[in-house]
Amino acid sequence: MPTNVINGRSFTVDEEGFFTDRSEWNEDLAHDLAALIGVDLDEAHLAPLRFMRSDSETTGTTPTLRRMQAVGGFDIKTLFALYPGKPAKKMAWLAGLRKPVGCV
Amino acid sequence: MTTVTMPPAGYELSEGFILPNFGDGMRSSPAAPGASAESAGEARGAYPIGPRKMAFICSKGNLDMAYPALIMGNAALSEGVEVHIFFTFWGLDIVNTKTNEKLKFTLAANTAMHMPELGRIKPGLEHMSMPQAMGNLPGMTGFATRMMKKQMADLEIPDVPEFLDLLQAAGAHMYACRLTFDMMKIIEADLHPGVEGVISASDFIEIAEGAQIVFV
Repeated sequence: MPTNVINGRSFTVDEEGFFTDRSEWNEDLAHDLAALIGVDLDEAHLAPLRFMRSDSETTGTTPTLRRMQAVGGFDIKTLFALYPGKPAKKMAWLAGLRKPVGCV
Repeated sequence: MTTVTMPPAGYELSEGFILPNFGDGMRSSPAAPGASAESAGEARGAYPIGPRKMAFICSKGNLDMAYPALIMGNAALSEGVEVHIFFTFWGLDIVNTKTNEKLKFTLAANTAMHMPELGRIKPGLEHMSMPQAMGNLPGMTGFATRMMKKQMADLEIPDVPEFLDLLQAAGAHMYACRLTFDMMKIIEADLHPGVEGVISASDFIEIAEGAQIVFV
């Protein structure tokens, strides 16, 4: 497994660059990663990440956008605005979770 | 996967830092080494290089035929792809609020119809296709529809009206076919609010320029 190091913090990733070990994540690391993709991690950006962390802790899988709406109560439109392009993948990466695999 | 080429000032990244492909931001050029942007454009045909674009044409109104485009369109949106969906012929039932809650799934003429549950009665039975005559029994379509809806709900897949809400929120562009709209005597107030307009086939062909087209 490849290891990424950013500003002295290291974490293991799969061949696409997604986290493989959720325990290697913390919010400081997330802030550094966010800067790489041009995201400024304010409270609005952090809220969905925190939900994803706690939800995946019980389910064992990275939640899909649909689950973030249905269970987390997040507005899909807002998520797309916060993380334009590929919201589910960006959020999974910034939350230190595996690549999302759900279809919906 | 993408390798970061230019980290922000003051950032220290390890050699070979792997950044997932988010389709934007700092990524190495997707073109082959030495290929100019111009020749990369030629390789993709005459279309300009821009965000990826997909156009779906929904022509069927059965429940099982409504889901493919809805699921793929939704997946495309969350991959940052621009999505256009054209509802035509029976597919218009998907965006007609008078019908889209009541789309049905039938065994009739579906030779791929087999039930996983039957395997519990006798192993191997789950792979057997159901006799076609069963599809014609009274109540069978309702039964099959309820069953499919339950299976979808178990997988946390939203029903059709809610799926349209999801697509609308995610930014899908949806259109109703003008010809079908007139033929079926539908009124605009009955269309799902996510439908942007009632347009002709040629309008849609114009909109779909440069898109990858999926016909369902």
